[in-house]
Amino acid sequence: MFLSEAATGGPQFFNLVPLIVFLPVIGLLVNIIIGGRLSEKAIGTIASSAAGLAFVVSVLQAISLVGHPEGAVVPLADWITIGDLRLRWAFQVDTLSTTMMLVVSGVGTIIHIYAIGYMHEDVRHNGDPSRYQRFFVFMNLFIATMMVLVSGDNYLMLFVGWEGVGLCSYLLIGFWYDKGKDGIGNAIAAKKAFVTNRIGDFGFLIAAFTMFGVFRSFEFEEVFRQVPDVATSFPAAIVIITLSMLLGVAGKSAQIPLFVWLPDAMAGPTPVSALIHAATMVTAGVYLIARSHAIYVVSPLAQNTVALVGGITALFAATIAVGQFDIKKVLAYSTISQLGFMVAAVGMGAFVAGMFHLVTHAFFKALLFLSSGSVIQGLERGHQHVEHDPRLKKQLKGAGHHFDPQDMRNMGGLRTRMKTTFWVYLIGALALAGIVPLAGFWSKDEILAEASHLNPTVYWLLTIAAFFTAFYMGRQIWMVFFGEARSAPAEHAQESPAVVTVPLIVLAGLSLVGGALNLPGLHTFSHWIEHTVQIEEAVKEVQLGEAAAEAAAGFNFVVAGVSTVLALVAIALSYWLYMRRYQELKQLPAARRPDDPLRSILGPVFTVFENKYWVDEAYAAVVLRPYAALSRFLADVIDWRFWHDWFHDVVIAGVYRGFTRLLSVRIDLGGIDAFANWLATATQQLSAQMRRIQTGYVRNYAMSIFLGVVVILGYLILVSFQ
Amino acid sequence: MIPTAYYIGLSAILFAIGAMGVLIRRNSIVIFMSVELMLNAANLAFVTFARVYQAMSGQIFVFFVMTVAAAEVAVGLALIVAIFRTKQSIDVDQMNSLKG
Repeated sequence: MFLSEAATGGPQFFNLVPLIVFLPVIGLLVNIIIGGRLSEKAIGTIASSAAGLAFVVSVLQAISLVGHPEGAVVPLADWITIGDLRLRWAFQVDTLSTTMMLVVSGVGTIIHIYAIGYMHEDVRHNGDPSRYQRFFVFMNLFIATMMVLVSGDNYLMLFVGWEGVGLCSYLLIGFWYDKGKDGIGNAIAAKKAFVTNRIGDFGFLIAAFTMFGVFRSFEFEEVFRQVPDVATSFPAAIVIITLSMLLGVAGKSAQIPLFVWLPDAMAGPTPVSALIHAATMVTAGVYLIARSHAIYVVSPLAQNTVALVGGITALFAATIAVGQFDIKKVLAYSTISQLGFMVAAVGMGAFVAGMFHLVTHAFFKALLFLSSGSVIQGLERGHQHVEHDPRLKKQLKGAGHHFDPQDMRNMGGLRTRMKTTFWVYLIGALALAGIVPLAGFWSKDEILAEASHLNPTVYWLLTIAAFFTAFYMGRQIWMVFFGEARSAPAEHAQESPAVVTVPLIVLAGLSLVGGALNLPGLHTFSHWIEHTVQIEEAVKEVQLGEAAAEAAAGFNFVVAGVSTVLALVAIALSYWLYMRRYQELKQLPAARRPDDPLRSILGPVFTVFENKYWVDEAYAAVVLRPYAALSRFLADVIDWRFWHDWFHDVVIAGVYRGFTRLLSVRIDLGGIDAFANWLATATQQLSAQMRRIQTGYVRNYAMSIFLGVVVILGYLILVSFQ
Repeated sequence: MIPTAYYIGLSAILFAIGAMGVLIRRNSIVIFMSVELMLNAANLAFVTFARVYQAMSGQIFVFFVMTVAAAEVAVGLALIVAIFRTKQSIDVDQMNSLKG
């Protein structure tokens, strides 16, 4: 059927789309079955090629969409058929899903290649090289499930992928499940991520059930077609759906109040942090809202809530990032903050801006995470070098001192020792900070420009968050790469191998030019996405009037200028604090010297940032501890004492024992046994009587025979005479 | 000619004597002879009726009975000899091992 259509508008390969799921599945099956006998290189190559081929298929989809921007739905199989619920496993190919496919498989492939080198060292540092194979199986599984998520043509198929990526996230956070604090720290982090996501999934399910109740369908097309009618006839349903869905988004995309799992998720290996917890999986929530744009635009209440949640999260997480010392934790909170930007954007109705930021963020945040992995391993190599040199070993503080290669206070001056890593990190950081002309500038500015028209409150939240973003990235750059080395391992850090640095360079290139996707005046990406998200302009016109919509579509120099100036000020401020003031503070005696120059200025406020506003502790006090107490009460009192000790041991066991006694004493002993015993006794007594007949004297027997014959003959004679 | 009833009466008397001998005596040999007496009483009845009815089958039956009796004597005497060897007696009241 596709061949006949192909004649009308260029080549198209829509029917190849199932391969984006099946190629990674094949890759992981191959690695499961024969991976144990293959070398590490072969395992990594198989996994990377599976992801790479999925990327090729995604590119083919994009090429097809150029000629057929309306996209296609490619059915693969019937999934569920119950009553009037008929669900297919079908692939929705349109500009929105294809954008996600390209990001997932493209960034995914680069990270797979990076992981070949990174995991080679990681499995050795952690002392279990046999897990190398498992890592790539999980990674391919992630690509497959993420593809299911972005390519489904209905909400349930999306949910299957949604849960699948959650599972992969859990498996990979807990990849070193026997490591971490007390040997279970990583396992606890994995569990935290899973449970928090379950809370979000609960919201998603409520939304899905309500949706089926109202629309009698899960398919995007059918649901969106009915939205305008339902919005007038039953607006409460729309509010329930959108707000429950927001809970799901908050879980998956780490927004307030469910963001707490993402920082802990950094327990996973760094490629996982880059792929799953920065570039792709966590953006699923943004994708969900962009996909459900038709539902959100009819409910201003939902839109405002989403935008506000995103805006507050962006600022909240950005301030926490300022107070962190773990290089990956800074990036984790930065991710939460940037996700806040995207959620705010899609919440305001700026779907294109949100998706644009999603794409560029995938580039530079993956780059930052991977570079931080390179930094960490560079430091670990330096640490090993120092440990094996008896002269240098004395510099390590105390014997058995544990060295944390992720603590930025152990770094410094890496600029000269890890040149490639430094440059790519700098590009990533500047892109994130929003410096012209890197990718982050264009996308972030588009969000800010839209926000300045659509939602001033959120605009201010995001602008302040952008200021903090530039500040904490500046702080990180100064602390990690400039100044003098703050520890012996940092002094001997070594650059990573090419298999690690080449993917970094590729990502750095993307972060440099990624903004070109949607340059002001050209709007390539806007027109691309608008094939799928058409209502945006219409809504804007309704909200602002036509003239304002025209202005909004353009590039806002005021907004861009303000944010650029703020970013530069923030970077200058961080330079002053972490280069100049750091030197001044070094003159102080060690006991009075603060570990962070900012602490000497902000004082307790910095402590608040450092301790993440005590959100984890607050959750522990408000939710976890009462929950644990309730569980303990239910377990000890209700379950154990009431059910077990009383109901089971007393009531049920008592009744059972009584019934058993009735059966055994009355029925069995008193009835069946008594009868059997009586039968035996009676037989015994009878035979005791009968044995007297057996005298043993021959003549007695002869007499009996004789008398018998006489009786029989007598009888016969009597009979014959009658 | 002697009437048939005489023969039958003699046969009945012989049979009764034989039966009494089997039931009363203890000596195995005597019991054995009493059994022979009963057989011959039956033989007498057979030949009597063979003569009355002019039928050969009765007489042939007698020969069979005599043959079987001869075989029975052989078996019976062998048993008595075997019993005598173990019990040193041929008193049938000594042979009460089957007493219950």
